[in-house]
Amino acid sequence: MKSKKNNNKFSKKIYKRPESLTKVHTHYCPGCGHGIIHKLICEVVDELDIREKMIAIAPVGCGVFAYNYWDFDTSEAAHGRTPAVATGLKRVNPDKIVMSYQGDGDLAAIGTAEIIHAANRGENITVIFVNNAIYGMTGGQMAPTTLMKQRSTTTPFGREPVDGYPIRVCELLSVLEGTTYLERTSVAQPKDVIKTRRAIKKAFEIQIENKGFSLIEVLSMCPTNWKMDAIESCRYVEEKMKKIFPLGVIKDKTGENEKNNTNRCMQ
Amino acid sequence: MKQKKQLIKGNHAIGKAAIEAGCNFYAGYPITPQNELTEYMAKHMRLNKRPFVQAESEVSAINMVFGAGAGDARAMTSSSSPGVSLKQEGISYIAGAELPCVIVNMVRGGPGLGNIAGAQSDYFQSTRGGGHGDYRLIVFGPNSVQELYDFTMKAFDYADKYRMPVMILGDGYLGQMMESYIPHKYEPIKNLPKKKWALTGCKGRKKNIVKTLYLTPENALEEHNLKLNEKYKKIQKEIQMYEKANADDGEIIVVSYGTASRVVKNVIEFFNKNSKKKIGMFRPISLWPFPATALRNLKCKKFLVVEMSMGQMIEDVKLALFGKKDVTVNLIKRPGGMIPTEDEIKDKIEKMIG
Repeated sequence: MKSKKNNNKFSKKIYKRPESLTKVHTHYCPGCGHGIIHKLICEVVDELDIREKMIAIAPVGCGVFAYNYWDFDTSEAAHGRTPAVATGLKRVNPDKIVMSYQGDGDLAAIGTAEIIHAANRGENITVIFVNNAIYGMTGGQMAPTTLMKQRSTTTPFGREPVDGYPIRVCELLSVLEGTTYLERTSVAQPKDVIKTRRAIKKAFEIQIENKGFSLIEVLSMCPTNWKMDAIESCRYVEEKMKKIFPLGVIKDKTGENEKNNTNRCMQ
Repeated sequence: MKQKKQLIKGNHAIGKAAIEAGCNFYAGYPITPQNELTEYMAKHMRLNKRPFVQAESEVSAINMVFGAGAGDARAMTSSSSPGVSLKQEGISYIAGAELPCVIVNMVRGGPGLGNIAGAQSDYFQSTRGGGHGDYRLIVFGPNSVQELYDFTMKAFDYADKYRMPVMILGDGYLGQMMESYIPHKYEPIKNLPKKKWALTGCKGRKKNIVKTLYLTPENALEEHNLKLNEKYKKIQKEIQMYEKANADDGEIIVVSYGTASRVVKNVIEFFNKNSKKKIGMFRPISLWPFPATALRNLKCKKFLVVEMSMGQMIEDVKLALFGKKDVTVNLIKRPGGMIPTEDEIKDKIEKMIG
């Protein structure tokens, strides 16, 4: 009896693949943040027991193949139209959990109108916005969130004012009545990964409670197109991106902790 | 009890039919001359506790319809020419993903902003697909308020049956006119398939994926294109709708659809009464699939196409008659929101008789 107990003790599982995450090889580059974010989503989906209620929308960009990794209903969408597709899906399936997963080009450039108006209508959906300051799938062009002086294949000498400035999506959306919860996190270091998981969970809970629109902006790495190694790219998020895109809860209309930090980064 | 005749506006008739056929998602954007339809849906979808969204753009509206269609709904959007141009992106995705939906185009004059009068200049755009990629829509070209009503109901069924977008190609005149019609109970076509592919949460089944991306050419996208094509060929066999009069022994057959065909009808009646010459008419109702076989089977050698565009449907007429001996096809074209007059059609027919 005693020995059996010991056996259990030695074989205790402390980490496992979330059930919602399929067992396949990743197509993402080494050091890419998508894999971490996919896993966090699946962990939360498992924890909240909503896998069978999930309807996700994968964007145009590297994340388009997300349905290979998520073991729940998923649709593609035209570039940038993800929040519109999410609106249609959620309106006809109000009891399901609808997630729009988008990159920075998808959400903040070609899909600007869709995200602003979905947010303004207070659609009861959850948006996971992966901000890695570059177009990944097309090979490293300037994104709306590309930092000033950052090099890309379309800003070969660095982004200049004439190319526009990095858009702070959370702050932009925070002024809209329709938004309930906006938080910016990062997956560049373990501490922030844990916070990202917490934020994603909060966003899904808001939808489950019918409290409206939430968006979690996740700062992420793109070593391939940043032309860095994995460690260097994590450092880039820490030292450069966080300065322009400060982490934290930007807006929370859910009740006890109500706040709106819109003006924080402008001070 | 037999239903009585009622007076209704074309745009409202479409809305009424949609509500009765169980449309349970509508997204639209204001554009003349179809605003009455969006407004009708705004009121009646809400009264029926069904979702209505005034979208921020046509692009967004059609993509909402993509989502709703993927999510097991009978989804519809409506617009007019410039707006339908914007919708082409979404229509291509809907066709690629094989989702059902109904799209109404109350055509107005073009190109560009053009004007707000009725026209038929979107024939190519509608019948050839319109957006990028190899795909088709089922396109109906009604010519009366009654037909707008009838074909809107049918459109939802065909969309579900074949898993593809179905378009009602009306025009500004049909949308704006008030006319009597006889309402009737919606009767769905039999054996509509269950939507096992829809995204409704994967409870009790494997996950469903709705997609249009097939990255490898071999055994993926080509296969998908061929599969779509098989479906289109099947539809071409199953749907070929038209109306004809004096067509089997007419000396001249006038081919027209929609609003233009209403004028042609009067001309045919005139010749019936006042002339020894027999003039017939052929009116395609399904514009894609074009009723080519029925047209080709006519014995007539002289055809006159009348359309409110610069010669678009005439290409389908010529394709249908291709290779037939001694056949001539003439054209009367009135673009920019003009309607051909009875007199100009009569004159042309007289000349053709010689």
